[in-house]
Amino acid sequence: MVKVTIDGITVEVAAGSTILQAAEQAGVEIPRFCYHERLSIAGNCRMCLVEVEKAPPKPIASCGYPVAEGMVVHTDSPMVRNGRRGVMEFLLINHPLDCPICDQGGECDLQDQAMGYGMDHSRYAENKRAVPDKNLGPLVKTSMNRCIHCTRCIRFITEVAGVPDLGATARGEHMEVGTYVEKALGSELSGNIIDLCPVGALTSKPYAFVARPWELAKVDSVDVLDAVGTNIRIDARGPEVLRVLPRINEDVNEEWLGDKSRFAIDGLKRRRLDRPWVRENGKLRAATWTEAFDTIAAKLKPLKGEQIGAIAGDLCDAESMLALKDLFVSLGSTNLDCRQDGAKLDASRRDFYCFNTSISGIDEADAILIVGSNPRKEAPVLNARIRKRWASGGAVVGVIGDATNLTYPAAHLGAGPSVLKDLQSDSHDFAKVLAAAKKPMIIVGQGALARPDGSAVLAAAWRLAAHVGALSSEWHGFNVLHTAAARVGALDLGFVPGPNGKTLDSMLGGGVEFLWLLGADGFDASHIGAGTFVVYQGHHGDAGAHRADVILPGAAYTEKSGTYVNTEGRAQHGFKAVYAPGEAREDWTILRAFSAVIGKTLPYDTIDALRARLEQVNPVFGRVGFLPRFGCSDHTGPAGDPTVLSAAPFVSAVANYYQTDPISRASPTMAACVAAQAAPALAAE
Amino acid sequence: MAFIDRTARSLLLGELVSGMGLTLRYFFGRKATINYPYEKGPIGPRFKGEHALRRYPNGEERCIACKLCEAICPAQAITIEAEPRDDGSRRTTRYDIDMTKCIYCGLCEEACPVDAIVEGPNFEFATETREELLYNKDKLLENGDRWEPELARRLELDAPYR
Repeated sequence: MVKVTIDGITVEVAAGSTILQAAEQAGVEIPRFCYHERLSIAGNCRMCLVEVEKAPPKPIASCGYPVAEGMVVHTDSPMVRNGRRGVMEFLLINHPLDCPICDQGGECDLQDQAMGYGMDHSRYAENKRAVPDKNLGPLVKTSMNRCIHCTRCIRFITEVAGVPDLGATARGEHMEVGTYVEKALGSELSGNIIDLCPVGALTSKPYAFVARPWELAKVDSVDVLDAVGTNIRIDARGPEVLRVLPRINEDVNEEWLGDKSRFAIDGLKRRRLDRPWVRENGKLRAATWTEAFDTIAAKLKPLKGEQIGAIAGDLCDAESMLALKDLFVSLGSTNLDCRQDGAKLDASRRDFYCFNTSISGIDEADAILIVGSNPRKEAPVLNARIRKRWASGGAVVGVIGDATNLTYPAAHLGAGPSVLKDLQSDSHDFAKVLAAAKKPMIIVGQGALARPDGSAVLAAAWRLAAHVGALSSEWHGFNVLHTAAARVGALDLGFVPGPNGKTLDSMLGGGVEFLWLLGADGFDASHIGAGTFVVYQGHHGDAGAHRADVILPGAAYTEKSGTYVNTEGRAQHGFKAVYAPGEAREDWTILRAFSAVIGKTLPYDTIDALRARLEQVNPVFGRVGFLPRFGCSDHTGPAGDPTVLSAAPFVSAVANYYQTDPISRASPTMAACVAAQAAPALAAE
Repeated sequence: MAFIDRTARSLLLGELVSGMGLTLRYFFGRKATINYPYEKGPIGPRFKGEHALRRYPNGEERCIACKLCEAICPAQAITIEAEPRDDGSRRTTRYDIDMTKCIYCGLCEEACPVDAIVEGPNFEFATETREELLYNKDKLLENGDRWEPELARRLELDAPYR
């Protein structure tokens, strides 16, 4: 530790920190453009000038200047002020004065710092530099005249995203940021460069010119389009969600957000179910809530418990799933399932289906084995965490499954489950890596579980984890990476077949007379028996709604307060940003209202009462945002014989990152992304 | 003595005569009233009357949807929606002013970076229904087209003081 005095405030900082980091600890503000705490230090904007006593008598760029014992720093001396004013003047020489038409206006670092540290007028009348705009695909809009060459975007896409698509050509005034050969950005995290850009050079294409930051109502929420549980902020104006931005949560997403979660929100305005529908003579007709409820109640009345079943989808909040479960239990049915993809998850113990190491735990792992998963597509933010760990030099990564580019070098060990056997018997080279590792991690994807021998793969992976020492009292290295935001929550509250209950497969094909789909679109609805009466409760007219006999319009994740449990098992609350369209209602209230119609009134009238019930069912729902990490003392594996593995290769559960759920399938932006991914060069034209 | 003086004054109707004299002076003097609506009083170049959206001489609308007028409007009378036009430029798809909310403070005009929204010299826009006072973009642009010579003249006169 080193003692440094900054503007009279003495702080102790770690040796090797920079002056800027020390100033942050001291609470002294230093303006900056190129410095970002999660990126490497570039030192090219020169905005962070400070004066250091007994150092060379000149302004010093604090972002790249290491502290020394007893250093005395001034951040507000006449020399510093003059220096900053000069730097700002230089930055503004070529910066166009187009703030009124710039989307960054109102949340622009350059605007703010020009007010705070710049001059009140310009001394330049010369022509400004003109740079042709680049086309970076359907998500990022460029206006390269505004670029101040901070290179944050280049550093992010190269270092964090691991897709070195951006670079700078030429130097000095002629420097241009771009892809060199024009093409769409190939990263799933490309939207983050919009947030990183301190000026308006990179802005959001779908959000172009739509709103100003001061018009937006900001609501904290949780992303549900993958299972990472990324913390987001929903910006809405009136009834419309206009954009989604990441919130900082060091334990989950740091400050990144995947492109699907950021840009799929235009799907919330399309193909929405905004009123109840009832099928009559083979055709759906618009109905009232009362009619819809009466139709369901009439159908439900003569049926016994074992003749009815419910399936929960991938985007559901825990509250509505619990309400549905309670309703079905009161009707005497245990035919419940949430595993739409048929993943052979074992719900008997929590660490059989959670990402036990936790996302922040990846930072400690020293060997990572990925089984049947492509985290780049299934959870890009989590993949960036693995890449960060790899880049820090601490972890070796091996992959069993598709040989794809994960943005970091990963040894491809094989395609099928036979590799698990080889690793178990130490006959594979990677077994030595795992055995030598102090904190090995095994990540099992849904691609490895959603197959006939899924439970065998799960058991084999667990056995391997125990074998290589990934299960100890301090370290739990067995991880299941989910793709559905609702899955862990559903397993936590027991949304699985009870005693003698039917699974998804046995409910299909006429296994039940009556099927309630709670936002379930993830399985082939044509497999539902022809005679089965289907109620679809959800927000989009997708696969499930097409098959339904009664449609109950529900609310999407932006339109309801809900609890979501991410793949780690971290319960998080999302808040309501806008109202659901038309007659659509929050899902648990629909179930509560229906329960009264059939005389099985659910015992909660408020969301708080329902949450109290959630906590009663499983205490994890009471630990909102907080995730205790446990080691593993009980090495008993999940059900399944780890030896009966098939030879079929693993296939990732997410083939198309941009369209995985009803919201992203309805989104035109995501459709454009799919086209851009298929032909990056064409899309850029 | 005072009694006699007072009585003489009242018998001779001195006040009445001087009062009528004043009336007579004004009778022949310059008139203070005007024959509205056939005559109108003078207004200064900063007069804040009915709003108008201006165009450039080539017919292109000036407004770039920066929303500064909407932000500054103390009565929240302005509503703007925007999206990229086909040529990629930033334009409004909706520009409404609720003239019943407007307090005619002129801040919108001061906030406008391109002199698009202005308050013109027209103060005679009373309507028979309330709805007619909810101006949309077409109405405002039409105002601009109608008043353009006078709006330009006003801005020119006021320019040295801005």
